[in-house]
Amino acid sequence: MIRALAILLLFQLAGETVARGTGLPLPGPVLGLAALFGLLFLRPSLRDRLEATATTLLGHLSLLFVPAGVGVIAHLDTFGRDGPALAAALVVSTALAIVAAVAAFAAVARLTGAQADE
Amino acid sequence: MSDATDLWSYLAQEPLLWLTLTLVTYVGADALATTVRHPLANPVLVSVIAIGAVLLATGVPYARYFEGAQFVHFMLGPATVALALPLYANVARLRKALLPMLAALVAGSLTAILSALGIARALGVRGETLLSLAPKSATAPVALGVSEQIGGLPSLTAVLVILTGIIGAVISTPMLNALRFTDWRARGFAVGIAAHGIGTAHAFRVHSTAGAFAGIGMGLNAMLTAVLAPLIVTLFF
Repeated sequence: MIRALAILLLFQLAGETVARGTGLPLPGPVLGLAALFGLLFLRPSLRDRLEATATTLLGHLSLLFVPAGVGVIAHLDTFGRDGPALAAALVVSTALAIVAAVAAFAAVARLTGAQADE
Repeated sequence: MSDATDLWSYLAQEPLLWLTLTLVTYVGADALATTVRHPLANPVLVSVIAIGAVLLATGVPYARYFEGAQFVHFMLGPATVALALPLYANVARLRKALLPMLAALVAGSLTAILSALGIARALGVRGETLLSLAPKSATAPVALGVSEQIGGLPSLTAVLVILTGIIGAVISTPMLNALRFTDWRARGFAVGIAAHGIGTAHAFRVHSTAGAFAGIGMGLNAMLTAVLAPLIVTLFF
């Protein structure tokens, strides 16, 4: 667990360093993800070492968003008079984006024969 | 009575109380989500409302709460890196679905940015408030950077991003069930694009394949939004 966490932190640190150094508009952890993904092909044994910790972390991913989410309370007044319009835009736009993506995926999967294997 | 007041003012200053409140509330909200199985029983939504109510009732500022809760918040970084494992485990499925994913990414990312700006503008939202909306479907660190770049308010964008995530997590399952989309790859990928990490967390709770594809959707949309949002704002708004 501790060893796995150390490996994950090392990749995050490397990602952060590259992001800062190159000025890429991407967060360090996303670059760390890409680097670890690449390394897993070179060293598949890394998977056994990280699997248990990754499953635990991702199984409770919702928990990790709670502290930032509570920040909504501190910004309630920022909404001011645009509150209802912003709420409508968020709900409708999020629904439309999900439907557009799912429909595009399904349509192209049917065209290319890339059907689900389940 | 004054002993109780002393104890409260001591504990309210310390990280321990707020870290404990965060974990205990989440454990309760998680149990509620498993037993009730209603979309509104989303653990992020329930925890945010419960903890927010405690802070508003006791007058404790968010910054003091965050001093304790930051230990949980910090784990978002390693958890994002850990998304590489479900990605790697699903790599054969990924290869098979490259073209559908590309189509879904472009359609979802464009729709998220254009419809948010279009609807808000039609409802009278203007200026930096409108611009803050453009990157709302991207993961928070990317969205904040984009917001700053195009002239929005990063602190408002942070709130809009979190709300988008919660909305996506709450509406996606009932909506996609009603529309009869059964492909877990498409469902997860779409939720990751539209509702970033909170949507991905929800997808992992529903189905492991959906979770893996949601993680990729989130990562790819972070990159595409960083390119598309400034372009769309310059062209149309």
